[in-house]
Amino acid sequence: MPKSKITSKNSSTHQPVGKLPEDQIKANFTEMHEPLTTSQAEIEASRCYFCYDAPCITACPTGIDIPEFIKRIQTGNLKGSARKILEQNIMGGMCARVCPTEVLCEGACVRNTHEDKPVVIGLLQRYATEKVIEKKEPLFERATPTDKKIAVIGAGPAGLSCAHRLALFGHNVTVFDKNKKAGGLNEHGIAAYKALHDIAQKEVDYILDIGGIKIKPEVQFGVDFTLNELSDDYDAVFIAIGLSGVNPYKIEGEEVDGVIDATRYIHNLRQAELMSDLPVGDNIVVIGGGMTAIDIAVQSKKLGAPEVTIAYRRDEARMKASQHEQHYAQTNDVKLRFCSSPKRVLSKDGQVTGIEFDITRVALDGKVSKTGNTYQLEADVIFKAIGQTLPDEQLGDSTSGLKIENGRLAVNDERKTSLDNVWAGGDCVSGGEDLTVSAVQDGKLAAESIHRYLQTS
Amino acid sequence: MANLQTNFVGIKSPNPFWLASGPPTDKDYNVNRAFEAGWGGVVWKTLGEDPNIVNVNGPRYAALHSNDRKVIGFNNIELISDRPLQTNLKEIRQVKRDWPDRPIIASVMLPMNEASWAKHIPMIEDTGVDGFELNFGCPHGMSERGMGAAVGQVPEYVKQVTAWCKKYTSLPVIVKLTPNITNILHPARAAKDGGADAVSLINTINSIMRVDYDSLTMYPTTDGMGTHGGYCGEAVKPISLNMVAEIARTAETRDIPISGIGGITTWRDAVDYIALGASNVQVCTAAMVYGFKIVEGLVDGLNNFLDEKGMTTVDDLVGRAIPSVTDWKYLNLNYIEKAVIDQDLCIECGKCHIVCEDTSHQAITSSVNGVRKFVVKDEACVGCNLCVSVCPIDHCITMKPLGEGTDPRTGLLVNPEPANWTTHPNNPASKENV
Repeated sequence: MPKSKITSKNSSTHQPVGKLPEDQIKANFTEMHEPLTTSQAEIEASRCYFCYDAPCITACPTGIDIPEFIKRIQTGNLKGSARKILEQNIMGGMCARVCPTEVLCEGACVRNTHEDKPVVIGLLQRYATEKVIEKKEPLFERATPTDKKIAVIGAGPAGLSCAHRLALFGHNVTVFDKNKKAGGLNEHGIAAYKALHDIAQKEVDYILDIGGIKIKPEVQFGVDFTLNELSDDYDAVFIAIGLSGVNPYKIEGEEVDGVIDATRYIHNLRQAELMSDLPVGDNIVVIGGGMTAIDIAVQSKKLGAPEVTIAYRRDEARMKASQHEQHYAQTNDVKLRFCSSPKRVLSKDGQVTGIEFDITRVALDGKVSKTGNTYQLEADVIFKAIGQTLPDEQLGDSTSGLKIENGRLAVNDERKTSLDNVWAGGDCVSGGEDLTVSAVQDGKLAAESIHRYLQTS
Repeated sequence: MANLQTNFVGIKSPNPFWLASGPPTDKDYNVNRAFEAGWGGVVWKTLGEDPNIVNVNGPRYAALHSNDRKVIGFNNIELISDRPLQTNLKEIRQVKRDWPDRPIIASVMLPMNEASWAKHIPMIEDTGVDGFELNFGCPHGMSERGMGAAVGQVPEYVKQVTAWCKKYTSLPVIVKLTPNITNILHPARAAKDGGADAVSLINTINSIMRVDYDSLTMYPTTDGMGTHGGYCGEAVKPISLNMVAEIARTAETRDIPISGIGGITTWRDAVDYIALGASNVQVCTAAMVYGFKIVEGLVDGLNNFLDEKGMTTVDDLVGRAIPSVTDWKYLNLNYIEKAVIDQDLCIECGKCHIVCEDTSHQAITSSVNGVRKFVVKDEACVGCNLCVSVCPIDHCITMKPLGEGTDPRTGLLVNPEPANWTTHPNNPASKENV
């Protein structure tokens, strides 16, 4: 039986009981990868071949000139290196920490071909940007202010990237966000061990330092303001609201205490003053196969949970979390169970006690079918990390004009929506990769498109 | 196992690796350690007249680093031995007694007056040294006082001083040449004319390493002021190899034995020197960068190499590459090579494409049918070897002779008969045109 009762509601009977003292938790939430020292960075930088039309650049969604920034590290020009990164990706600091580099830039590195050991581009990018962001060293200068006003909905990677580029052009940007702190998933959604030392906020501060960006916190899209209003009051609107809608998929019997939405728990974890105050289960089962599943599972271990299992309905190869991430979970003592589709939640007196799974088989074409066999796991906490949806109710009266595609906003190559002066980017648009770096690119492309639009309107 | 024993102008050593005159051979402590490590012989740090010279009390050395901070070039402003002559002589005598099978050569630098040579040479010979090396090469400090490179740069002085030295000793005399001249053959000839038994080369090259990017002074300095030093290390090897080969292939100098010096760091470097005419080699910078232990790898590597080549002694290798060194005008202009990229080894870095595209003959593709792929276009390739030089993968790009048929670049048939510039129709001085 669970020692503490943990609920998804702010129940008055709930007594938060952490498993570990704060200093132990702090020690557990150390860097996923230690940052490079100057010597390490210079030696690693010398491994870059400075390829022609480098595959790493092609593999980077924001198209950073990677060989050039690495050469600048190697030649002691750190400021120039940071500029090369940030001019393409203003969130280069955060992306250096959260990008799945093993499938992006580092996956494309030609050094994989003959020695199976790519240049550690992610860590070099972190090294190059660290000081600039820390010291708020200005690398970009805003153009003469214009009289154009743009509204950005959502202060996450897409929204802030768009805002920064528009501000650079001299335009005036207002960013609306539902949270107290800007940063979006960087601040509220990504695992704490990937964003240590308040890097997400430091990056936000760095971005806002360009000038011309106003943040309006704690306002609800669709409640405090509507798209129609913004569209009328501003010259252009950029929607970057992410996916805050809860996946409607329900597991039979899940309406009991202890079945929790993983993103909500991570949100609380990231904003917790003392992580030792967070309730932690004894027997945790995570449902899902993406990054959020890995993040919640590993963080639960670091908070002191004795048993953490991720259950995924398909096989290992089809897990959305990369092999690198799966390995990271396993080395943090998280158990991975594949071909396990949730059948029903087991409970007693309104509190979860376990979960039953259908054992599945995955055909070559990826089709999942049930084998007819089942098994049960004990659990006092079940985290659902099964993805999120577009909260289209927020889009309100404009929905009719906004084209939706595969449950997300439809945009063209320039990230323009079907509406005349409305653009969109980040997780809320269709065809994206659900990566921070892709969101930054969306914001950048949209800003450039908006800038062109404003010059002709 | 090949026999690495060498006999250089009568001086026998267990292997051809001597420590060159310099900081590593400054005193008995270092030399004893060198012999314990296995060095074949040493050229003792240059001896001069009393009172002993003095050195600066600040930086003497500076380095040129590669990207990963390996020392590839090195310079110094240290002068000759800064200890009293008698101290050196006493130590040489004792070390020679302790290591009878290891040659010690006395490096000497004395003023341009015969009396000084008459006085010092017999005194030094009395310690039991195996020979003399005349330091006509140090380009810094001593040259301002009319010695070192100041002598080596004037062939007449080289001849004169060599003759004085020979007059006062019966031991072998090796003349160490400075590279700070336009044609190495002149001092080499002068040394021979003065009676030298051998030459050794090169001494260091005039150099300034860099500036200090904060103070914008040269680097390094002594209290804010600096002076040029002598450059050495791996980066100077090609300069020295050319000079060694010039002496070894020129009729009037080819019979004088050569001790090769300059950037020898690995056994392969020693092979370069020996195959281009050196009978043994001297090492300084590599020891200063890695310590004396490197001699183990030098000896073992050379030994295995000789075994693989079926050679039993170092002498079998001496000068083996010299017949292949000639003047440009004798190169076969009918011979054609094309680069070939091994697609299995290619890592698709594209370096070959971009250097050829930007700086050479636009002879390598960057894509084929829209796919990233690097292939040599024979119709544009002039066989320049640039792609081979920049390719990070060994043997991925090789040069293949175009044996017969038509050269797609010129549309002309390959002429199997060699022909060089001396007979080329474009040569105003060729026989056909005269």
